[in-house]
Amino acid sequence: MDAVSRIGARGKRQAFWIEAAIVGAIALFLIIVMPVVLSNFRLNLLGRFLSLAIVALGIDLIWGYTGLLSLGHGIFFALGGYAISMHIKLEDADGGLPDFMSLYGGTELPWFWEPFYSFPFATFAVVTIPALLAGVLGYLVFRNRIKGVYFSILTQAATIVFFNFFNGQQKLFNGTNGLTNFQTLLGASVNTQSTQFVFYSLTIILLVGAYALCRWLTSGRFGRLLMAIRDDESRVRFSGYNPTEFKVLVFAVSGALAGIAGAMYTLQSGSVSPRLMDVAFSIEMVIWVAIGGRGTLVGAILGALLVNYARSFLSEQFAEIWLFFQGALFLIVVTVLPDGIVGWLKSQGIQSLRGRKQAFTYPSLEEDPEIQQERQELETKSSE
Amino acid sequence: MQKILEIEDVTVSFDGFKALNDLNFNLDVGELRVLIGPNGAGKTTFLDVITGKTKPTKGRVLFKGRNLRSLSEHQIARLGIGRKFQTPRVYLNLTPRENLELTSNRKKNVWSTLVGKPKNAERNSVAGLLETIGLSSRADIPAGLLSHGEKQRLEIGMLVAQSPDLLLVDEPVAGLTDEETENIGDLLLALAESHSILVIEHDMEFVRQIARKVTVLHQGSVLCEGNIDQVQNDPKVIEVYLGQPMDDSDTAHSLELEASGSEL
Amino acid sequence: MLIGLFDGLFNGISIGAVLLIAALGLAIVFGLMGVINLAHGELMMLGAYTTFVVQNAFRQFGEPFFEIYIFFALIAAFFVTAGVGLILERGVIRYLYGRPLETLLATWGVSLILQQFVRSVNWVLVIGLAVFCVLFFGGLWILNHRQNRAFHKWAIAALLPLSLGIAIAVGRFLADTYQLAVTRPWFGAQNVDVSAPTWLRGGLPLGNFQLPYARLFIIALTIVCVAGLYYFLQRSPWGLRIRAVTQNRSMSSCLGIPTQKVDALTFALGSGLAGVAGCAISYLGSVGPNTGQNYIVDTFMVVVVGGVGKLVGTIVAALAIGTVNYLVGSGTLAILFTPIQPLADFFTFFATTSMAKVMVFALIIAFLQVRPGGIFPQKGRTVDA
Repeated sequence: MDAVSRIGARGKRQAFWIEAAIVGAIALFLIIVMPVVLSNFRLNLLGRFLSLAIVALGIDLIWGYTGLLSLGHGIFFALGGYAISMHIKLEDADGGLPDFMSLYGGTELPWFWEPFYSFPFATFAVVTIPALLAGVLGYLVFRNRIKGVYFSILTQAATIVFFNFFNGQQKLFNGTNGLTNFQTLLGASVNTQSTQFVFYSLTIILLVGAYALCRWLTSGRFGRLLMAIRDDESRVRFSGYNPTEFKVLVFAVSGALAGIAGAMYTLQSGSVSPRLMDVAFSIEMVIWVAIGGRGTLVGAILGALLVNYARSFLSEQFAEIWLFFQGALFLIVVTVLPDGIVGWLKSQGIQSLRGRKQAFTYPSLEEDPEIQQERQELETKSSE
Repeated sequence: MQKILEIEDVTVSFDGFKALNDLNFNLDVGELRVLIGPNGAGKTTFLDVITGKTKPTKGRVLFKGRNLRSLSEHQIARLGIGRKFQTPRVYLNLTPRENLELTSNRKKNVWSTLVGKPKNAERNSVAGLLETIGLSSRADIPAGLLSHGEKQRLEIGMLVAQSPDLLLVDEPVAGLTDEETENIGDLLLALAESHSILVIEHDMEFVRQIARKVTVLHQGSVLCEGNIDQVQNDPKVIEVYLGQPMDDSDTAHSLELEASGSEL
Repeated sequence: MLIGLFDGLFNGISIGAVLLIAALGLAIVFGLMGVINLAHGELMMLGAYTTFVVQNAFRQFGEPFFEIYIFFALIAAFFVTAGVGLILERGVIRYLYGRPLETLLATWGVSLILQQFVRSVNWVLVIGLAVFCVLFFGGLWILNHRQNRAFHKWAIAALLPLSLGIAIAVGRFLADTYQLAVTRPWFGAQNVDVSAPTWLRGGLPLGNFQLPYARLFIIALTIVCVAGLYYFLQRSPWGLRIRAVTQNRSMSSCLGIPTQKVDALTFALGSGLAGVAGCAISYLGSVGPNTGQNYIVDTFMVVVVGGVGKLVGTIVAALAIGTVNYLVGSGTLAILFTPIQPLADFFTFFATTSMAKVMVFALIIAFLQVRPGGIFPQKGRTVDA
């Protein structure tokens, strides 16, 4: 028994290093090779899509693993974007008011803009404001055991509410136009190629970090508990765990990831506006994860990249059919491909590896010594 | 003798319908008690009240002398009450080993779940438990692939892994073969050495196998209490189950026959 | 002051009536199948467009008929959306029962398609679609009636691009031959306006302000719909079946109730009600492809606050949300609280339509802290068993 578990542990450590090496290699490839191959425009696009992959990871965490469908991640995404933009606007204004405020007749800086003069605070806010909001909202909802469809449409309503709020406050956030026309960040011009490359590289590093975080959260006991909550929440409760705490934490982490993603996206797209809190955008995020394969972190990243490339391709070529295509995507993914691309590949792979999956339902087959032996062989093989 | 569970005048009403009606009930430390009653007698609501899923409209529930009213399910579970559900409820996407590991975890707050690693002792006890419930060979496949009987055993295993002081077991042998039923009976009897157990069951043969004291519930309150023979010969019980007033000794006999089938 | 409050209440109730008529369909479908239809708003939009079409048709008949077109529009809107709902249920949703979150996503996909469809629908699209449906589903039908299933999957795989290609070719051909006559969109992306018949214009004078007839009409329509639905659910045999399935699906199925038919019927009914609601809202403003989106979230909130399974909950919730929305948004409350300065400032901040939504949402979250299950929650041990 002990020997077996030691072999298992060694195998695990080996698998860990292999995975780390692959992730590192891909990251290096993206940082070193891609800038050479792609034009500046395409590289910027890739950078944006990679930051969208970060929010996809967050959604996978809350939906794929914990079973809570949030239709409100656009809020956290946009808040992250606003936080960093507010700092840039203040730096651009150079002690004065941001340009749009004087336009709307504002004379003094609103109090909550003040701390954003400081860059450390702004970066801190990128993570904590979305996380706090998600935590509070999550606490108020989860503690009353509101879940399933109710949770989804409440988050959707929250999206509309935040959209309305940011849209309506011209003096505070420049309303519909949002914050745009960025100049400098930490003294460096935001729009030069080299700064943009820094943003691109930073996005990749953050994506790797987010992947590592999610991998850590989902692989251990915590991850299994998340799945347990997804499968049968009240059973978890009767086992002595308080699902509310776990759900609030995961929702907050997921919100923080969305905030980081939003900040990186904003830096590379050059603007942030309430449109990021559009209901449609938030639901679209969910479909990236669904296409890639929920419950698999790689799937979330892949899905985000794939759908967004499809989108940029299709809406460049035929703007009209993009909505048709997107609608069809929603329908196809839930009816034909519920496990997404990665999930489908996995299940097909497993089936071809061991076509004896059904045997478990038949106890008589299970007691068959041949099958027992076969399983043992497979087990030793997989633990080596 | 010290009571582990005291239920005093508990009433639970749903929109005027009284699922439990002025119920009084006591359980001694280390006792194995079987609860029977016709459908709709309030058996499952009874467990709901103890585990905190439903709060009593009136009355109070004391566990080791402590009032459970203000506590939520997970707090009650941490105090040492474990529950097995009527239909087996295990985490279908986790393996039996992971199922047991989750429930056997002692520190159940977020932080220790996040950073804590299962201790060797815990891992060994899980392995031992897998042995006991006969699922060692199935330990690492998703629990969704287990058969109904195996899920039943796994859930009882999870209950034990939680190492509660009081086990509430709702129909542990429903849908099991005779042999499996007997195994479960032996398992419960073994557990009764060190735990207090409350079992809800319909299968009279099984009740006969394990029961020392039986409580009959009817329309939300206790109809009678006693050992199995006393209960089976009690005229009130016969009336409730057979739906007719009894006036000769034949009826007692017919209940005996009826009961030795399986479902009452 | 009092007049102002009365005016606010009347407007609030009339907004509540719109919400209610929109939420009715959603609520019965949610109660029965646990499914929220995110395309509900688009079904309303379809109902509004149907009204527009019927109005144009009646305009050609001349005056006396134009005055009563609205009743035909109501019926047409009901049946058009009920038909779309039926297709939706049979085609997609019935495969997703027991997976409510997936249903959300699928119906969202449908809503996107419907929005774009209304924008770009023209003869080419319709004919192409018809050709595709005939070829593809006809082909499927033939395939399913053949004994030899060996190449079944491959045949479907070949059929799909083939029929798609033919449909596109036909469309191209038509577009090239008839040019603008067939490629001009029917409605386009612009909003269209539905003009009410003369007897719905103006209002009932009451003191120094007036109650618009259009709003009175919507209130009356809502009352009729609620009463009709109540009668249908409580008195008709199908209503009884719907209630039975709502209570216990598997038991009903065992007792010989055709649950699939019940589902389809309920969904069609709910969609039809959305159509009626769409007809009603077409008199409140112009109609565009995004019309549905404006109402949908408020409607969802009605369902959340109202709770499942009781019509009364939906009614109370709709009226409450509508009234609060209007009282806050129109600034009535801000005026009422003028004597108390901080409160007045507070309400002035929220006194726009969009900011009122912020406040209502906060109130709903607060309300859910007290009653998580809605106004009339379900009780008993079957709840979240």
